[in-house]
Amino acid sequence: MEFLVASAIGMMTAGGLYLVMRLRTFPVIVGMSLLTYAVNVFLFASGRLVVGAPPILTDAETYTDPLPQALVLTAIVISFGMTAVAVMIALGAFLGGDDDRVNDPAAESPEEEAERLT
Amino acid sequence: MMHWIVAPIVLPAVLAPFIVLAARYHIGIQRVFSLAGVLALIALCAGLAWQASDGTVTLYQLGDWAAPFGIVIVGDRLSTLMILLTAVLALFVLLYAIGSDWDQRGRHFHALFQFQLMGIMGAFLTGDLFNLFVFFEVLLIASYGLMIHAGGNRRLRAGVQYVLFNLLGSTLFLFALGAIYAETGTLNMADLAQRIELIGPEATAGIRIAATLLLLVFAIKAALVPLHFWLPSSYAEAPGPVAALFAIMTKVGAYAIIRVYTLIFGPEVPLTEGLHGTWLLPAALLSLAIGMVGVLGARKLDRLVAYSVVGSMGMVMIAISLFTPESIAAALYYIVHSTLAAGALFLISDLVRAGRQDLALSAQPTGAGAPLTAALFLVAAIAMTGLPPLSGFVGKLLILDATFTGPSAAWAWSIILGASLISVVGFARAGSLLFWKSKSIPHPEGAAQVAAATPSALSYVAVGGLVLLLILHTVFAGPAYRYVAGTAQGLFAPQAYLETVLETPGKLSKPKEKEQ
Repeated sequence: MEFLVASAIGMMTAGGLYLVMRLRTFPVIVGMSLLTYAVNVFLFASGRLVVGAPPILTDAETYTDPLPQALVLTAIVISFGMTAVAVMIALGAFLGGDDDRVNDPAAESPEEEAERLT
Repeated sequence: MMHWIVAPIVLPAVLAPFIVLAARYHIGIQRVFSLAGVLALIALCAGLAWQASDGTVTLYQLGDWAAPFGIVIVGDRLSTLMILLTAVLALFVLLYAIGSDWDQRGRHFHALFQFQLMGIMGAFLTGDLFNLFVFFEVLLIASYGLMIHAGGNRRLRAGVQYVLFNLLGSTLFLFALGAIYAETGTLNMADLAQRIELIGPEATAGIRIAATLLLLVFAIKAALVPLHFWLPSSYAEAPGPVAALFAIMTKVGAYAIIRVYTLIFGPEVPLTEGLHGTWLLPAALLSLAIGMVGVLGARKLDRLVAYSVVGSMGMVMIAISLFTPESIAAALYYIVHSTLAAGALFLISDLVRAGRQDLALSAQPTGAGAPLTAALFLVAAIAMTGLPPLSGFVGKLLILDATFTGPSAAWAWSIILGASLISVVGFARAGSLLFWKSKSIPHPEGAAQVAAATPSALSYVAVGGLVLLLILHTVFAGPAYRYVAGTAQGLFAPQAYLETVLETPGKLSKPKEKEQ
């Protein structure tokens, strides 16, 4: 199971990083989502993987560390909200500029700049 | 008295929803509440700083849970100094935003401003690494709103870059936190500082990776080369007062590096040997050089100021990277100076915009307030480039003095002095183009147009206040340096901090007794 979880985190991170380095907002945002999934599973695994044990400190021999689960919940909520904000701003930039690239626009010539300002 | 330390976080947190919900359509009421809130914040932070000035560490246990189990808010000299600096900067930025009507060009400026303050205050005060992440997110999500305040295509596009870069940074932060938790089983800073010593030399790989990841996250926040690419575009495109407030955000990264890498991964910890101690200084020198070359190469004033922020962060990080009490003291003095100077310069570049077509560094007809703006620019530029007699010079001397005994003194000295020269040339070129040459071009649309484009008196009061603070920071450099030197001494002798955090009783502090 450790191998499965580790390889899943690794693959999601690799795919996410690849997509993040694209120049259009849609793949970048999908890549960000993949990265946040990866980090959520990673956080979850940081309390060690235990199967079929309650996340409560008891006198029993085995239990799952409850703290990473709380951390993951916080991380999920925050990353979900952040992705929504990123989508909204990217959508605004796309609708306003009719262009969904994320890199800096090419330097404008003085004529274009004068046109933009008028 | 114990509860006051959480007030700087609670006050803006309560004020912001109130402004959104109750004063949504009344800009006057919003302004009054926002201003009153910031004034109260200054009083609170000054009180807390005074309380902490004798070295006492104030602790607040949220929900009364004892330290490694609950989240704690800790106020020591460093935290209270930073929150006071934030509150003072916020006052002048807010005055400028009101005076220049920036707060009316989009919606919810004041609410977002308060949320931003809440996040920054929380990041400075928290004693828990995961809580630091949460407050980073709070300040970031407010900053996204402020960054694209008043809209515009170029600003939105710069905003997309800013948001995505910071989302990547947050993801990296979570990876670092997960790795630290997996290695140590705690995220409380004081608890971490003790547990790190228990890790044997045979199992250091995980914690070394975690320490490096965490440094990368803070370096993104502090805009350290090569992780600075988000800064020039977003700071240049952000509205003037927002960029001025963002001057403190890079310092949040610097603060986090000072806090974590003196308290947890201190210079004497053998586990992290050869990591940040080795690589931070070259990166900082590179930041300084690239920032100042950017100042020389910039074609617009707002971008020039943004690059000078990268350069001054390089200066701060040079001092931090040595991790000695003297160098941290120099860094703290320079942090205060560079926050005020960068804030003033961003506001001035917004003043310059008045009456001009754009901020391109070319001769254009100017508005009626240009002579006063030019005078303020001169003072702020002298401070930023570190020419005598202002605080930039004092700070630079302190940093040069701190690097003198180090092994890389020759490199540090030549790059610091060379970069200063380049930045002086860059600022002088900008000033002469914007003010000297522009003065000789008459305004084509007549005197009425010129008068209409003059910024309001309140804008000048705000900028003048920041410049006055810079002068005071120079005049009272002696007491200021003694204060930061004491603060730095405290950072390298953290027993008081550790004892206060870990030994203050609360719920669960002695679970065994409770069971009986």
